[in-house]
Amino acid sequence: MKRILVGIKRVVDFNVRIRVRPDGSGVVTDGVKMSVNPFDEIALEEALRIKERGGAEEVIVATVGPADTQQQLRSALAMGADRALHVQADGVIEPLVAARALLKLIEREQPYLVILGKQAIDDDNGQTGQVLAALWNRPQATYASRLEILGEATARVTREVDAGLETLEIDLPAVITTDLRLNEPRYVKLPDIMKAKKKPLETLTLAALGVEQRQQLKLVRFEPPPQRQKGIRVKDAAELVEQLKRKGIL
Amino acid sequence: MTVKILIVAEHDGARLNVSTARCVSCARTLAGAEITVAVCAADPGAVAAQAAQLAGVARVLTVANPANTHALAAVLAPQIVALAGPFTHVLGPSTTYGKDLMARVAGLLGAPQVSDIMGLESPTRFRRPIYAGNAILTVEAEAGAKVVGTVRMASFEAAGAGGSAPIDNMAVSVELPAHTRFISVSAARSDRPDLLTAARVVSGGRALGSAEGFKILYSLAAKLGAAVGASRAAVDAGYAPNEMQVGQTGKIIAPELYMAVGISGAIQHLTGIKDARTIVAINKDGEAPIFEVADFGLVGDLFQIIPEIEKLVS
Repeated sequence: MKRILVGIKRVVDFNVRIRVRPDGSGVVTDGVKMSVNPFDEIALEEALRIKERGGAEEVIVATVGPADTQQQLRSALAMGADRALHVQADGVIEPLVAARALLKLIEREQPYLVILGKQAIDDDNGQTGQVLAALWNRPQATYASRLEILGEATARVTREVDAGLETLEIDLPAVITTDLRLNEPRYVKLPDIMKAKKKPLETLTLAALGVEQRQQLKLVRFEPPPQRQKGIRVKDAAELVEQLKRKGIL
Repeated sequence: MTVKILIVAEHDGARLNVSTARCVSCARTLAGAEITVAVCAADPGAVAAQAAQLAGVARVLTVANPANTHALAAVLAPQIVALAGPFTHVLGPSTTYGKDLMARVAGLLGAPQVSDIMGLESPTRFRRPIYAGNAILTVEAEAGAKVVGTVRMASFEAAGAGGSAPIDNMAVSVELPAHTRFISVSAARSDRPDLLTAARVVSGGRALGSAEGFKILYSLAAKLGAAVGASRAAVDAGYAPNEMQVGQTGKIIAPELYMAVGISGAIQHLTGIKDARTIVAINKDGEAPIFEVADFGLVGDLFQIIPEIEKLVS
């Protein structure tokens, strides 16, 4: 069966104003809205579109995270994923651990394509896709803004890079990570949410997969960023240019 | 323990990217660090010579291989790993090149990666932004463990010239994959300065209204010798190409002067500019969040104001 595996992460919703706890132990997450990482939603949308075009028979969504992450898996099922795999784990999950767990799921499910977001908007690490591709010894195409499946064995990917747009041809299976302009994820309709409750969701553990939850980077301290001083209003272009000249900027 | 840092050079085959000099500055903040730059290219000679001149570089290693004609992470990573043995740190720039490559290197090494390093407190302690720069996290690696990192460009000035490091050609015999093939890159040719390194940047938002509307910014930028950037909204709307996007998921920049024109100032955009020396905001909405971070704010019609500024600086 032609399968696509999509990795998702539960993160603080992108509209939430982030506050650092006064004791520096983390950011405030109590009572804060949690969502599927936006880049992962784009990954899922892309997988669903490929399936709808006949390029896959099944879309599996997978995550490594705490029990609450089931909410995000249900959202993904409501969007259209066929089934969900939840590797349950608490505490810090570093990209290497997440990638090792995903690799175990790949070995089990044998997808021909794995799609992840290019980064999670909480820790902004941007590593898991590349680490996974390295461990799997398969191609990676990061920051994808266009993905074309060219038959069974190859894909053509346009990537958003600093210089502009780069196009790669890669053999499949491979890991793709998504950029913002790959697609616009669909809205979930109420009947889909009802249907999602009946879709299969399997719970696993890191131990059962044989993956050690190792933490190689200790989180020492969280701080708010330095604030910029609020500036002044100028009345017109002439005053602006004069001010900039006085400061030696122009 | 001697700190031995390997910096993976970014280049286009002929010129060393300034991102490498910024990585050198990051490495130099650790007193006594021994800094080596690795240049993997089809013909690394010219780029290696430029790397050897950077102040603070002790040694340059080159790997010549026709497979390195285009920078492909899957091809470069095993070569970097082959060189990485004696080093305590392996660093690359936090550009799309470095972010793509270094995490693959970290995966092959099974080593932790610190992304977007903005400061080094010790050889094992790093500061980095998280949550789009809304929090700064200090992380500590285990003593003696090899660490991979990407260096946040806006946090470090480029190292100057003045070095004369020896260049050693390395024979690296690792199997390189053929599963990833470069097809093309479409870079808009531009006479304007590079957005990532420009001292002045003029940036436009959706209020410019069209690609045509951006022309007044190109014209002002030409007068100022500035690069031109854009908000995500403007890029999504097709007014500007993706490589001009400034912000959390675009380019993070730290120019001397940043002019935000018709940009409301979403948090994701502010992340990309908060290290700018001086921020100017021009917007018809006086309540726009961009004014909260601007040193100079001007409320009004940008289509009137921008040509006026251009006339005044001519």
